Amino acid sequence: MESANEIIRIEGLNKTFHTKDGDVVALDDIHLEIAQGEIFGIIGLSGAGKSTLVRCMNLLEQPTAGRVFFDGQELSELGRKELNEKRHSIGMIFQSFNLLMQRTALQNICFPLELVGTPKAEAKKRARELLALVNLEEKENSYPAQLSGGQKQRVAIARALATNPKVLLCDEATSALDPNTTRGVLALLKDINQKLGVTIVVITHEMSVIEEICSRVAILDHSHIVELGRVEDIFVKPQSQIARHLLFPAGKKKFKFGSGGRCLRIVFDGLSSYEPVLSSMVLECGYPVNILFADTRDIDGKAMGQIVVELPDEEKAVHRMYAYLNTQGIRFEEVKDL
Amino acid sequence: MKPELLQLILPSTWESLYMTLISAALAYIAGLPLGILLVVTDKNGIRPLPTLNAVLGTLVNLLRSVPFLILFIALRYVTSAIVGKAYGARAVIVALFVAAAPFIARMVESSLKEVDPGVIEASQSMGANTMQIICKVLLPEARASLLVGAAISITTILGYSAMAGIVGGGGLGAVAINYGYYRNETAMMWIMIVILVAIVQVFQEVGLYLSRMVDKRIR
Ligand SMILES: Nc1ncnc2c1ncn2[C@@H]1O[C@H](COP(=O)(O)OP(=O)(O)O)[C@@H](O)[C@H]1O
Ligand SMILES: [Mg+2]
Repeated sequence: MESANEIIRIEGLNKTFHTKDGDVVALDDIHLEIAQGEIFGIIGLSGAGKSTLVRCMNLLEQPTAGRVFFDGQELSELGRKELNEKRHSIGMIFQSFNLLMQRTALQNICFPLELVGTPKAEAKKRARELLALVNLEEKENSYPAQLSGGQKQRVAIARALATNPKVLLCDEATSALDPNTTRGVLALLKDINQKLGVTIVVITHEMSVIEEICSRVAILDHSHIVELGRVEDIFVKPQSQIARHLLFPAGKKKFKFGSGGRCLRIVFDGLSSYEPVLSSMVLECGYPVNILFADTRDIDGKAMGQIVVELPDEEKAVHRMYAYLNTQGIRFEEVKDL
Repeated sequence: MKPELLQLILPSTWESLYMTLISAALAYIAGLPLGILLVVTDKNGIRPLPTLNAVLGTLVNLLRSVPFLILFIALRYVTSAIVGKAYGARAVIVALFVAAAPFIARMVESSLKEVDPGVIEASQSMGANTMQIICKVLLPEARASLLVGAAISITTILGYSAMAGIVGGGGLGAVAINYGYYRNETAMMWIMIVILVAIVQVFQEVGLYLSRMVDKRIR
């Protein structure tokens, strides 16, 4: 399906690393299209191949096979010089910020402008605008060592935006930050996406990051894309084991899910709060349930929630509950293991 | 006695400094690019060229493994062809250059390799070419370490130059050896030693001070 507004297109991508201990297939048969202006998420566990995938998007990593198109141009067809020019329109930020430690915040933002030969005064002016955009005007003369993690990432974002890129690649950009700072940085990314129309590719191992800002997501597992679609859809109907695993934040996963008992995962799509639904269900069916897990989030502006309850042993009760949920139009699925 | 002593000390100190600084400067002219090449063409470098890297690495190792005095003697015909004679301060400078350039190349190499690969990667992602990465990332980011390396290199060269005193080089080393060894005037030798130690100390401290001053990684 050729769509006019796609900015990144990946076809049959394979990346194999040849190491002393044999070949490592980091990516296998990846197909992906990212639309202009969207915030696209790529999630997976550590070692799934996320970084390799995002690095193939600006050819920091040379694909073993397959093709990567940026804005209609196949990247591997470009010469070194042309590739470098293309890279001016692909910004990238990293988990470890990767700022130049011997340059101030302002000088860091000027760096990509120096690379393209922007006159000094003009570069400074632009850098100041960008500092204002990321809310760090007062830090212009601070060195990275004098900034907090969140501030460093803001400088990195400003730097990545200096040459007006069409795409911003974010490789675990919030993974080194605390939850509050993470929220701030994600809000900034969203803002940039909306204000400047920059397409954003977010790599993360945290579902909460995807839920917070992404419209679509690809789930990467062992070098393959196992699920791809709208975040809401995947949240409501995860197909893969890995998707389910990612949906449950690590800290809340330590429940013993019934001693062999059956569990029900009930999903709320923002139309109703889950508490009345659950209590009505219990009243209606006359059987108590055990809540094992409950969580609500804000996904792309809509309140979403899910709870996992332990089902009663009686088959009759289970049927009643299913019937009740069906009549209410509430989505649910039986889960055994998370 | 005092003025005579000064007449001996001042010119030989000057000669030592002159030999050391001139040959350090010359050795940096060759060693700095060589060190940069070693880093850039490394298999994990920004422009991997394994063959060139291996050739340069071997050359550097070969030169580094020849003890300085032997190098000085081995080079005496080359030296006289270049400076006209095979002894004296100018002759020592030739040998010092040959000995110090590969040493400096390794010092530069190790400084540049301290630069965070993530920062290099970030600059690549911004479309920096090889030259821009060298001039705007590698060298400025490594400047503190490069300065420490320069201090170490200069003091090492000073040590070599003193050694050359035994085979007709000039400077403090020659005086120390002439008086301390041939004439058995140990007092004179000790004066020279103290001056050498003082010079090493000064270079070391100045190097470290400058390094700290330019390093913005420290709050
Ligand atoms: N330069 C490399 N050399 C060899 N193996 C690599 C290299 N980079 C990544 N890999 C391997 O590829 C796989 C995917 O790595 P990566 O893309 O970094 O995963 P993620 O970012 O999802 O944690 C891992 O098994 C990793 O060890
Ligand atoms: Mg990674």
